[in-house]
Amino acid sequence: MEYLVSHYNYWVYILLMMVGLYAMLAKNNLIKKVIGMSIFQTAIIVFYVSTGAKREASIPIIAHGHGHDAAHTVIEAAHYANPLPHVLMLTAIVVSVGTLGVALAICLGIYRRYKTLEEDEIQEQLHDSL
Amino acid sequence: MILYEQSPALLVVIPLLSAFAINIFGLYNRRLCFPIAFLALAATLGAATMTLARVLQAGPISYRLGGWPPPFGIEYVIDHLNGLVLVTIAFVSFLAVIFAKLSVEKELPDKIPQFYTLFVLLVTGLLGMTATGDAFNLYVLLEIAALTGYALIALGDNRALVASFNYVILGTIGASFYLLGVGHLYIMTGSLNMGDLLTILPGLYATRAIFVAFLLVLCGVWLKMAFFPLHTWLPNAYTYAPSAVGCLVAPLVTKVSVYIMIRVMLSVFSSHYVFEVLALTGPIVWLAVAAIIFGSIQALAQDNLKKMLTYLIVAEVGYMVGGVWLATGYGISGAILHIVNDALMTFCLFVFAGIVTYKTGGHMLSDLQGLYRKMPVTMTGFTVVALSMIGVPPTAGFFSKWYLILGAIEAGSYHFMVALLVSSLVNAILFFRIIEITFFEPKMDHHTGHAPEITINEAPFSMLMPLLVVALGLIIIGIYSGTIVTNIIQHSVPGGLL
Repeated sequence: MEYLVSHYNYWVYILLMMVGLYAMLAKNNLIKKVIGMSIFQTAIIVFYVSTGAKREASIPIIAHGHGHDAAHTVIEAAHYANPLPHVLMLTAIVVSVGTLGVALAICLGIYRRYKTLEEDEIQEQLHDSL
Repeated sequence: MILYEQSPALLVVIPLLSAFAINIFGLYNRRLCFPIAFLALAATLGAATMTLARVLQAGPISYRLGGWPPPFGIEYVIDHLNGLVLVTIAFVSFLAVIFAKLSVEKELPDKIPQFYTLFVLLVTGLLGMTATGDAFNLYVLLEIAALTGYALIALGDNRALVASFNYVILGTIGASFYLLGVGHLYIMTGSLNMGDLLTILPGLYATRAIFVAFLLVLCGVWLKMAFFPLHTWLPNAYTYAPSAVGCLVAPLVTKVSVYIMIRVMLSVFSSHYVFEVLALTGPIVWLAVAAIIFGSIQALAQDNLKKMLTYLIVAEVGYMVGGVWLATGYGISGAILHIVNDALMTFCLFVFAGIVTYKTGGHMLSDLQGLYRKMPVTMTGFTVVALSMIGVPPTAGFFSKWYLILGAIEAGSYHFMVALLVSSLVNAILFFRIIEITFFEPKMDHHTGHAPEITINEAPFSMLMPLLVVALGLIIIGIYSGTIVTNIIQHSVPGGLL
């Protein structure tokens, strides 16, 4: 139980990821699949961001870092949060927005052609056209 | 000599900037799109060749983007392995753009600027993925290549939209798995630089987190390369894509993913961890056998030329994954050589399918009737490629298959050897069937009582040239494959396995 509570951020990300994966694979509506894909990517972003979070830590900017005093200030890494995972996730967010845009554009094209976004109805039309 | 020093960066910068130029100039005059893309890809090919020459002369190059030293900055590392892959990518994409000109004008007349923009961006992504020495940077470039790939495939006819949608979903799962695996590595080591990871990881080989990281990265890359049973997105996506798109994505995207698998296995983890600590080689070689057999049987069942070729890609991916996981020097050399050979062969086959589509409007096997009479030169080129796919010496396909079979014998994996031989037999059936169909005239016309007149109606030069150049290249590479293996590929095979 303690293990569960102390690692709750990871359980949240796994739960989100499974929700997304389920929606992507099991839903019939294409937009729901796209939403599932977005949840899936967000889960990974949550995972990265939570690894960089730290209680009572400060932003990694060294106070009084200039001038002669700087050499005397003791810097302890434990007092600072690691900014790198967050920075990486800025890029990953951009990528996931790009993917979302492409996926929605394809959905739009599919809707214009088949007049539906339900996967089984599209498959039926594809089957009939053969 | 600044160009010489900067050649690893130029590889990515030239096609990236040309994408903007094509977009802007394409708005004013769409006839400018092709020349810009052509010049940019020619320059890229020059930069790639120069980079490989530098590697051969002075050993691996480490290029610091923005001058930041690794592991803090992003580093491009070019060694013998990715130097070879870079030249292959640049060469195939340069020939593909020449082929694309007429094909795009016919198939996508109102989307020319979009096509060329996405085309050069896809090349940017592929070259960047190959050149980078940073695990997260690789993810970003992987997604650049994937997103442009989705869009390019969706440019095709109506069925392409549904195929592209499935590709988006599965491709995103693959890339996300890769990202998650890199996240695990980062948590455990605090580094994203591949060289740095290689030195930090040995102390952590026993941990479960590293094992999970490796499996996640591996599954992600397998989804991207369409390794059986994760191949389901590939056949439809590549069949319904426009011909010019097929010529670019079919030869390169899966092969670059195989390269990434090799890179991760040997340069992030080590051959010691992958082959000795993990007991995975047996099951994965069996999966590769399944991929080869499944791909070959499915290819036999198709009456659509392009779809048949896509199933052959699934089989060929099995060759390369199996070859690497044989864990022998010959197997890995064969797999790397096969990346180059298969990129060239698949390119030729899709160019051929593109020519058939351009000339006859279809890509069913029945559209091929009487083609030998109509297009003797095209068919000569095709015959060389067909022999190479079957594995007849002295074409290149024979030698990579030879190395793979030697590797299988060395590793005692006779089932893999049998799969390779079965696949060669199936290829022989498939390609001789095509050659047979092309020799026959179209059916007799029942009303007039004689066959329709056949005159020579050869494909245009710009479509024929890439096919013939690569067909000739396949023979030359075949003859010099010993030199390529000893001078380039041997350097990438881990020392313990030779």
